[in-house]
Amino acid sequence: MQHLDEIVANAQQQIENAVDGNELEEIRLQYLGKKGLMTEQMKGLGKLPPAEKPAAGQMINKAKQAIQAVLVARKQAFETEALNAKLAEETIDVTLPGRGAAIGNIHPVTRTTERIVEFFSELGFEVKDGPEVEDGYHNFDALNIPPHHPARADHDTFYFNPDLVLRTQTSGVQIRTMENQEPPVRIISPGRVYRNDYDQTHTPMFHQVEGLMIAENVSFAQLKGILNDFLHNFFEEDLEIRFRPSYFPFTEPSAEVDVKGKNGWLEVLGCGMVHPTVLKSMGVDPEKYSGFAFGMGIERLTMLRYGVNDLRSFFENDLRFLKQFK
Amino acid sequence: MKFSEAWLREWVNPEISSEELQHQITMAGLEVDDVEAVAGEFTKVLVGEVVECGQHPDADKLQVTKINIGEDELIDIVCGAKNCRLGLKVAVAVVGAVLPGDFKIKKAKLRGQPSFGMLCSESELGMADSAEGIIELPLDAPIGQCVREYLNLDDVTIDVDLTANRADCLGIAGLAREVGVLNAISATAPTWENVAVSIDDTVAINLQAVEACPRYLGRVIKGINQDVATPLWMVEKLRRCGVRSVDAVVDITQYVLLEFGHPMHAFDLTKLEGGIEVRLAEQDEKLTLLDGKEVKLNADTLVIADQSKALAMAGIFGGQDSGVQAETTDIFLESAFFAPLAIAGRARSYGLHTDASHRYERGVDPVLQAKAMERATQLLVEICGGQVGPITEAVNEATLPTQATITLTRKKLDRLIGHVVEDARVTEILTQLGCEVTFADNAWTAVAPTYRFDMEIEEDLIEEVARVYGYNNIPNIAPQAALTMPVHSEASLKLSKIRDMLVSREFNEAITYSFVDPDKQLKLHPEADALILPHPISKDMSAMRVSLWTGLLESVSKNQKRQQPRVRLFETGLRFIKDENAENGINQQAMLSGVIIGSLTEQHWDIEQRNVDFFDLKADLESVLDLCVDGGSFEFKAETHSALHPGQSAGIYRNGKNIGYIGALHPSHVKPFAVKGTPIVFEVQLEAITTRQLPSAGDISKFPANHRDLAFVVDKKISAGKVLKFIENIGGTQLVGLNLFDVYEGQGVIDGNKSLAIGLILQDTTRTLEEQEIADSVNAIVEAVSKEFNASLRE
Repeated sequence: MQHLDEIVANAQQQIENAVDGNELEEIRLQYLGKKGLMTEQMKGLGKLPPAEKPAAGQMINKAKQAIQAVLVARKQAFETEALNAKLAEETIDVTLPGRGAAIGNIHPVTRTTERIVEFFSELGFEVKDGPEVEDGYHNFDALNIPPHHPARADHDTFYFNPDLVLRTQTSGVQIRTMENQEPPVRIISPGRVYRNDYDQTHTPMFHQVEGLMIAENVSFAQLKGILNDFLHNFFEEDLEIRFRPSYFPFTEPSAEVDVKGKNGWLEVLGCGMVHPTVLKSMGVDPEKYSGFAFGMGIERLTMLRYGVNDLRSFFENDLRFLKQFK
Repeated sequence: MKFSEAWLREWVNPEISSEELQHQITMAGLEVDDVEAVAGEFTKVLVGEVVECGQHPDADKLQVTKINIGEDELIDIVCGAKNCRLGLKVAVAVVGAVLPGDFKIKKAKLRGQPSFGMLCSESELGMADSAEGIIELPLDAPIGQCVREYLNLDDVTIDVDLTANRADCLGIAGLAREVGVLNAISATAPTWENVAVSIDDTVAINLQAVEACPRYLGRVIKGINQDVATPLWMVEKLRRCGVRSVDAVVDITQYVLLEFGHPMHAFDLTKLEGGIEVRLAEQDEKLTLLDGKEVKLNADTLVIADQSKALAMAGIFGGQDSGVQAETTDIFLESAFFAPLAIAGRARSYGLHTDASHRYERGVDPVLQAKAMERATQLLVEICGGQVGPITEAVNEATLPTQATITLTRKKLDRLIGHVVEDARVTEILTQLGCEVTFADNAWTAVAPTYRFDMEIEEDLIEEVARVYGYNNIPNIAPQAALTMPVHSEASLKLSKIRDMLVSREFNEAITYSFVDPDKQLKLHPEADALILPHPISKDMSAMRVSLWTGLLESVSKNQKRQQPRVRLFETGLRFIKDENAENGINQQAMLSGVIIGSLTEQHWDIEQRNVDFFDLKADLESVLDLCVDGGSFEFKAETHSALHPGQSAGIYRNGKNIGYIGALHPSHVKPFAVKGTPIVFEVQLEAITTRQLPSAGDISKFPANHRDLAFVVDKKISAGKVLKFIENIGGTQLVGLNLFDVYEGQGVIDGNKSLAIGLILQDTTRTLEEQEIADSVNAIVEAVSKEFNASLRE
């Protein structure tokens, strides 16, 4: 019968040399199995005198435990190795693109419109829209532009007949809204407008946003205040802004607003106090109420904001152009 | 309106720089559009006199001259200009001069003859784009003076973009008045001595259309000499105001037009038959205009006529037959006030726009006629000579414009401006603008000046006060309003949500023109009676769209031509359908439309490429419809449409009402639209999909769900949607899930039939279902389906 230490040492050696789990199992059976060496050692205890039995038994158990510990450690090592091998095999190239991640985008004109509408909605301006084929009353007469007024000629209007046009401004929406509403009122109306003109700086269709506020004591100073805030928000810059007197038949006083760019002043919008004649056609008493109105070209603001150079590119729908506005 | 700054400064000369002046008038509402130097940069160009002039011995086209520039020695200059001649006063660029374009004048020899300088033309001095010959200076030009100084060329042409209300600034006089106001100094008009009447000749004037023409002045001038050239000072002033010199008579009327903003007209006296009549035209009366074109006049057009015929379109354009010709010596000069309403729009209706019509339709000062007549007479006699007859004035006081008397209250002024401008300043501004002003009880009473047609009501004065006070001196104040919460409806689906959904499904938003090519549109919609623009930009932009497809398909084609084979676009906007019941006879309906073409995905390392088909777009559309949380209300029915493939198109319905179409483009339209591949398109009425159901929560079952799969064999023509809808309707409350997971035709299924594999989920909210119950439910469904669709279960 071998000495215990020797058995343990042998076992350790064998375990150390084992190449896989199967061999390890064989080793376990060889030492710890029913017919294993350590089992036989235990069986040998019976031959010992009773006084020696406990001590000898303890030693055998210790030896068994030692072998068991080495076996477990080795087994864990094999498992770790196997896992590592599996993980290594499963490794992917994480830099490859994901599946189906592409998204589109809204049109830059819509983007600008939504921004502007948001600014004013937060101040309680309601969005209103209206027809694009408009009658002469809503496009001209109600806005204090009688027939033969030079401003009609300035508009390059698309006529279907003398009393039916493609709207040249969204101001008709203001008239239509006021037909059903009483002051105080705050509305904003974005939409397509049309002028019969086509070159690098004009397209026959473009977009405007117009705003209108009517209440008691609405003033030009307030108009200046709100537009000043708007332009700073829109451009997110500490811009120099100036209000320059101008003329529109539907407002008085009227102004054009310029912002200072790299190459001088740029006109960005028109505005003014609603003309009393227009207030009257809206059914509003000019002695009680006053109002301001403003209008701006969305493409122009979009061009300034994002550096678009050619107005016509807005309507060519070239994907290479559109995709820049994600 | 273009004007010369130097001319303006003859009238009013504030101590500010040119740039300050430009800024000042811009900020007063006379927007400066452009500023151009009246001459190029040059140095050492002097007034000289040609004292010898002879043929170059070796060159036919050159002359050898000696020029006196006031120095001890005459200068030799070889000149090629035809008009170079003895005694002429010329502009001499001497050696060392630098002309525009950095052109340095050096000593030279031309064909062997020495030349120590150059005689300059206007184009060489940057005063004109081209020139016939060298500049001919007046004979009294002082020899040796710098030409820049002599011609006052340190001047600019300022182009102001005048608004329609400021007719008063369509002349130097008005501009000067305005600049005077802005600088609180007064403008000084030039003075002249009126020419004394030397003959008795008159022409009778009969004012018939007194509304249209309340005042008409005429005068006969005889014996004018038209062989004289317009003096250089006048040519220069005209040029700097953008007017080309024509001949003395025309130039003089143009000069008065620019100086006072008052149009004048000259007739050939010998062409007049009897007296002048100012009347409305007979309908279709003929008149040949100065440009040689014959027009048929409308009855609303005011004419100047004699006893037999119309001579001129009043205030718009003269007639050829009665116009001043080169040989004319006797003229009849007209200076009239025509009412803006009588002129407005008329020129345009004949396709005309003249300096005169521009001014008359905006308003010419109704008291200026005599002054303009005297000024024109004085200039004419000074330049062309002649004997002057008395002025005949025909006037109808009753129809002359009256000066408005306007009350401006302190209350309204403050309310509209939102800032207090002091009493004294208001009075000062109004007075300087030419109003007669009185102030009492916190109100101003102002009589508007005759030249301000835009001063009629209180607001007109408020604008003037604000404008002159300076918009930028008015503070910025935040508006105040009651914090009333507007009505918000959760059930209304915001357009932005629909857009975002499509964007997240890789659509790009397009904006196409609302007018399209009528031929292309007719191909898609042969039944459509589109609204046509009578005067479009071009024919392919002349028909109002009846759907958004024409524009979107054109965008697809354009993108494909630019190597973008894969296109996914959507657009929202109005379509225009004639409809007698709609306002103005047009139903203007907001639509949502989309198109896809090309591969479903971009090329990807792990996704197989395939082209899009009907079901890809249907899914995109369904995702939008799903936002309405009202799946049951929508239905796709096989339905044909002229634009779509008859076997791959569907009508889209909500609650039984058609709201749009989806389908593959009809193969016969692929070529006309020049697209590669088959576009799939949809269009729905936006209004029909912008209301959504609000969530209504129910109990979630705690009991197990039971999955059963069935495969029905049915006739191929039976639509799967019908079968599913049928099962859904008969399934009862325990049928909680229904999913078509396979459609099969081929081996194992009889020809002409198809197999629909359908998964059912049965569940109760109160108990676990027994096996037998489940079997009974499934059997009931099988039986009902078999009976309804003549279906059988697939073995």
